[in-house]
Amino acid sequence: MSTRFWTGSRRDAAAGYLFIAPQLLGSILFVFVPLGLVFWYSLHEWNVLADTFTFVGADNYQALLDDPRLTDALAATGLFSAGLVVLNLTLALLLAVLLNQRLRGTVFFRTVFFSPVVVSLVAWTIVWGFLLQNDGGINGLLKTVGVHGPNWLRGETTAMLAVVVVQVVKNVGLNMVLFLAALQGVPANLYEAATVDGASRTRQFRSITVPMISPTILLTSIITVVGSLQVFAQIAVLTQGGPGTSTTVLVYYLYQQAFQFHHFGYGATLSVLLFAIVLLLTLVQWRMRRKWVFHES
Amino acid sequence: MSRRTKTAIYGVLCLLALPFLFPTWWMITSSVKPVNEIFAFPPTLWPSEVRFDAYRRAFELQPFAQQYFNSMYIALLVTVGTLAVSAMAGYAFARIRFPGANVLFVVILTGLLIPSEVTIVPLFKMFDAWGMVDTHWPLILVPILGAPGVLATFIMRQFFLALPGELEEAARVDGLGRFAIFRLIALPLARPALGAVAIFTFLHSWNLYLEPIVFLSSSEMFTLPQALTQFTDAYGGPMWDIQLSAATMTALPVLAVFVIAQRQFIEGLAHTGLKG
Repeated sequence: MSTRFWTGSRRDAAAGYLFIAPQLLGSILFVFVPLGLVFWYSLHEWNVLADTFTFVGADNYQALLDDPRLTDALAATGLFSAGLVVLNLTLALLLAVLLNQRLRGTVFFRTVFFSPVVVSLVAWTIVWGFLLQNDGGINGLLKTVGVHGPNWLRGETTAMLAVVVVQVVKNVGLNMVLFLAALQGVPANLYEAATVDGASRTRQFRSITVPMISPTILLTSIITVVGSLQVFAQIAVLTQGGPGTSTTVLVYYLYQQAFQFHHFGYGATLSVLLFAIVLLLTLVQWRMRRKWVFHES
Repeated sequence: MSRRTKTAIYGVLCLLALPFLFPTWWMITSSVKPVNEIFAFPPTLWPSEVRFDAYRRAFELQPFAQQYFNSMYIALLVTVGTLAVSAMAGYAFARIRFPGANVLFVVILTGLLIPSEVTIVPLFKMFDAWGMVDTHWPLILVPILGAPGVLATFIMRQFFLALPGELEEAARVDGLGRFAIFRLIALPLARPALGAVAIFTFLHSWNLYLEPIVFLSSSEMFTLPQALTQFTDAYGGPMWDIQLSAATMTALPVLAVFVIAQRQFIEGLAHTGLKG
């Protein structure tokens, strides 16, 4: 080996490429190739059972526009995402503010609120399905105080509400922890100065806390919105998309079309739609950061 | 803070804690109740007698021990693999100068915008073509090398960026190569970031549900989340006592590890790159 060719910087560059090679090749093979294939498949009629794969151009996209079930799926997805984001972020912020007080026992409560995050998702959902049945534990508890509870998972509004609540309780701990870390980064002297100026607690929260932790609010809202679009296991276990189509969110509908009805082409078209929505929402939120985010490090 | 404010805060916290504690309590106690007591009214918070029948039957109705082992070894493999791949890539992007590094980093990072649900149809066809459907390969390879690993790489890069350069310089003067610097200096210093990545990678793999039900079809290949929903009677209705005991066995070990090491869990996740 000629030492002149292997200069320090060349050797460094070789090491760099070698270090990123697994991740780069993996991304190409398992992210970008399938993404390209999704677009390609979406231009085909592909029935797996009949083993037909024919180019149909934009037909699947036309079918998308004419599909009444898609409207339902988008409505369910929008409802779920909106409900989840609002409830999750509000509760996470409330918990973080409460646990950020100088109180005994905050570590205990922090552990309690975070613990569902580490419970297996399907196990968690099964237990809630058990609790939410008509003769389940929640209605049993309600009956002891004289309230007749609804059949939660069989009513169109209550089913969606149930799925949202189950998901919020499962994952709110993550956002709570991120908010807690952000709150602890707000300099205490800002509050001291505001107190001297006679600002009320709510005023302080609005004018100091929220602007100072706005980067975290942006980050958590992006994570939560994108995560909400991916909900699947909870739907599959709790409601199977029902009653009717009230909880058939986009990913569940995609799964049904591709893997239950074996319409791979149409499933791929739904995947393209999902990708477009995720991309659009992320970009919108990113653009909005100028409005929201008070300071960026 | 006045006593009244304090009492009010504790009151609110206790009330809010109920939906977080109650399901786990209900899961564990119901799993050892006699079957006819599961739906008793008024609901019993404490089982009248403790029975482990449902636990035994979980192992009889399905190869539950095998399924447990599947979930465990897949999650551990994915965790170790992700740590290796993401630490190397993250280190290179943070500390090594090489042509095209920024472009390649952005390319890899865009993978974060592509949820795995978007690519599930072509991934299924790809693994089908490779004869890997109904094997564990898709559940191992995709999380390590695909989109979930990208987040890990990003977190590792953020961590390595913040590392002081002097140690590395000293090592270079001593004649250590890049790989030796990485292994002997950078990696040991990165333990907090590696810990956080390990935790969320393990949980991600442990929770995977869509991928197993798409890729796996025979019960001895199943992972736990998938197996849990298979304890059904002849009419497809859930066998609650068995589902609850199996759910307890799935949830409790990780929950126990968490309660013991909750500080590392929470602080690790809060302080690693995710602060933005």
